[in-house]
Amino acid sequence: MSSEAQAGNAGFTSSLGRIYGIYTGGFVAFIILVAILERAGVPNKVLGYMFVGFTILVYAFIGIISRTVQVSEYYVAGRSVPAFYNGMATGADWMSAASFIGMAGSLFLLGYDGLAFVLGWTGGYVLVAVLIAPFLRKFGAYTVPDFLSARYGGNTARLLGVIVLLACSFTYVVAQIFGTGLIAQRFLDMDFTVAVYVGLAGILVCSMLGGMRAVTWTQVAQYIVLIVAYLVPVVILSAQKYGLPIPQLTYGQALQEISNLEQSFLQNNLATTASLKPHTQPFLNYSPANYFALILCLMVGTASLPHVLMRYFTTPSVREARISVAWSLLFIFLLYFTAPAYAAFSKLEVYSTLIGKNLADMPQWVFSWGKLGLVTICGKAAESVQAITAACGAVSGHTGVLRLQDFGINTDVVVISTPEIAGLPYVITGLVAAGGLAAALSTADGLLLAIANALSHDVYYKIIDPNAPTARRLIVSRVLLVLVAILAAYTASTRPSDILAMVSWAFSLAAGGLFPALVLGIWWKRANSAGAIAGITVGFGLTLFYLVITRYYPHLGVQYFGMGSLLNPVTGAPLISAEAMTKFLADPAVAAGPALVTNPLASKIGWFNINNISSALFGLPAGFLAMYVVSMLTEAPSKQMMDFVDACRRPRGGTLMEEKTV
Amino acid sequence: MQSEQHDTHWSKTSRLMIVMMALWVFFGYIVHAFVVPLNSIKFFGFPLGFYMAAQGSLIAFVVMLFWFAKAQDRIDRESGVAEDD
Repeated sequence: MSSEAQAGNAGFTSSLGRIYGIYTGGFVAFIILVAILERAGVPNKVLGYMFVGFTILVYAFIGIISRTVQVSEYYVAGRSVPAFYNGMATGADWMSAASFIGMAGSLFLLGYDGLAFVLGWTGGYVLVAVLIAPFLRKFGAYTVPDFLSARYGGNTARLLGVIVLLACSFTYVVAQIFGTGLIAQRFLDMDFTVAVYVGLAGILVCSMLGGMRAVTWTQVAQYIVLIVAYLVPVVILSAQKYGLPIPQLTYGQALQEISNLEQSFLQNNLATTASLKPHTQPFLNYSPANYFALILCLMVGTASLPHVLMRYFTTPSVREARISVAWSLLFIFLLYFTAPAYAAFSKLEVYSTLIGKNLADMPQWVFSWGKLGLVTICGKAAESVQAITAACGAVSGHTGVLRLQDFGINTDVVVISTPEIAGLPYVITGLVAAGGLAAALSTADGLLLAIANALSHDVYYKIIDPNAPTARRLIVSRVLLVLVAILAAYTASTRPSDILAMVSWAFSLAAGGLFPALVLGIWWKRANSAGAIAGITVGFGLTLFYLVITRYYPHLGVQYFGMGSLLNPVTGAPLISAEAMTKFLADPAVAAGPALVTNPLASKIGWFNINNISSALFGLPAGFLAMYVVSMLTEAPSKQMMDFVDACRRPRGGTLMEEKTV
Repeated sequence: MQSEQHDTHWSKTSRLMIVMMALWVFFGYIVHAFVVPLNSIKFFGFPLGFYMAAQGSLIAFVVMLFWFAKAQDRIDRESGVAEDD
């Protein structure tokens, strides 16, 4: 790099620090302004709209000033994003609405076993840094299928890559848009369908004009909002309760109090051994095998998801790509190691102020979320004292004192109710809404770009019209981006419950479909085209097969594929008794009940007691094996291909993929 | 001469990869297989087994990655295949 360019780069980097410093200061000032307005008596609804409106305007502003007409700016942000900022952008890209709003709630419900998500969604970055990202950066890919095509010569591998990419990204983006709708509906009282299209607009202004370049700089801004919003309520809560504003340390004490309360509930008949799952005791929800299988699938899935990998195509060098993965993980870690603190504080609140208390003495927050159906008591939405008294009156032998088994909570409530539980003013609630929105929008941006780029770059430019001029390519990219976004928003507005839960399928699909081809492509020179095609097809196919059969056709699984009932992790008894199974097989249509589960993340049927959320446990080894066997049975790659792999392995010497600029 | 250098570069890179993968297996899986005995030890008020899954392993992953970026860069420089600064 010439010294002039270097100086320009240094100037660019240092001004970034200033710009985002001012931005963060401005955001804090804005929070203070809203707090003052709240004091002055401005209604909550107006404050909520201010929060969401202000942040979306800022994102739109960044999106518009980052517009570009250059192909490399559009696809890889000109490869000029410093490691530190790319780390932040990846953090926002990675942490979805589900991470921000839902994960703490899952930890609340699952206790120790929920930590599989925390471990899986962080440990995967070790694989990204060591095995994949720096080499793809050296190659100079615009998209993940680009690499597959170059390494495995031709468009078959590319198309297979595009299919896997679409399968794991589309449901994911629908869930993000659904998330924006839900947040706007809950916090702002907006109509759900309207909110979905507002979310769509918020996503498009960030990504359409500037592609990756605009998405990068808005994601950095969104990371700052989401991390501030996530930390503030729980830091204040920790300071109030334990006099130390470090929730990640103080929740150890909360865990002890929880375990004392758990003991006393059992002694006082406030809980049954079936309803009480001690928070820190492992393997009550997942068997050890399922727990470790889930960690593996989430980790390998993380390392294979195209919208994550493509973030590392934007760094100025291979060296910075590696450092950038480390920064990404640090920024992601800040949220994930805080989530268990939310879960513990929230559980302690429920255990100490609800359980064992009279139904008439429930705190206000129970009813504010109960009205939305998110908190249930005795099986009914906790709308008012009258409603819960009536509901519990219908339960035989109920004494009017709340027991653990009477209480139900939606996983989303844990984070969004914390400001209210801590007695914080509405401004903090508005902040959390803005944070959740930032998490959903930033992930949606990244996913949308991954999908649209695969269609415009891989399918249109590389397969349909390789002679397309730059200007037309960019127009096609933008049109496809808008079309995909509208399709995703439309799908989200129909509230497809299965699609939403299928997000977790994305990890297994990406792991089974892409991981063997990506890793062996770099680490095993003998891997060839036929092997990769076999590996992707078998890995992705088997993973998809397991997901679909266990979810939709369990009777076929039992009859033809040697599947059986999964086991209860605590008692070891089958989830479907032999008797129920016979009945079910005799008439699957009528008796589908016992084998189908309402939650698509769980199955009752499977091989070796493995839940379907970990289906890559089968697809991943099968993919590796197929790739190995078929590669060995067919001709070794050419000398040129071996040299190409060598060049990917050495950072020196610029990117390998040529881009024409006209 | 150059290809020899390239070979040592790749063998060193592979060794570092294996070290990283071993650490990854240890902090991602092995340590959590001992969650039950570890939980009887208290660490800042946390049962240690729970702590490792909620924080300990995560911290290890972050530290590992910063160390890895440095170690790999050193290998690249020693073998003369690093990018220009």
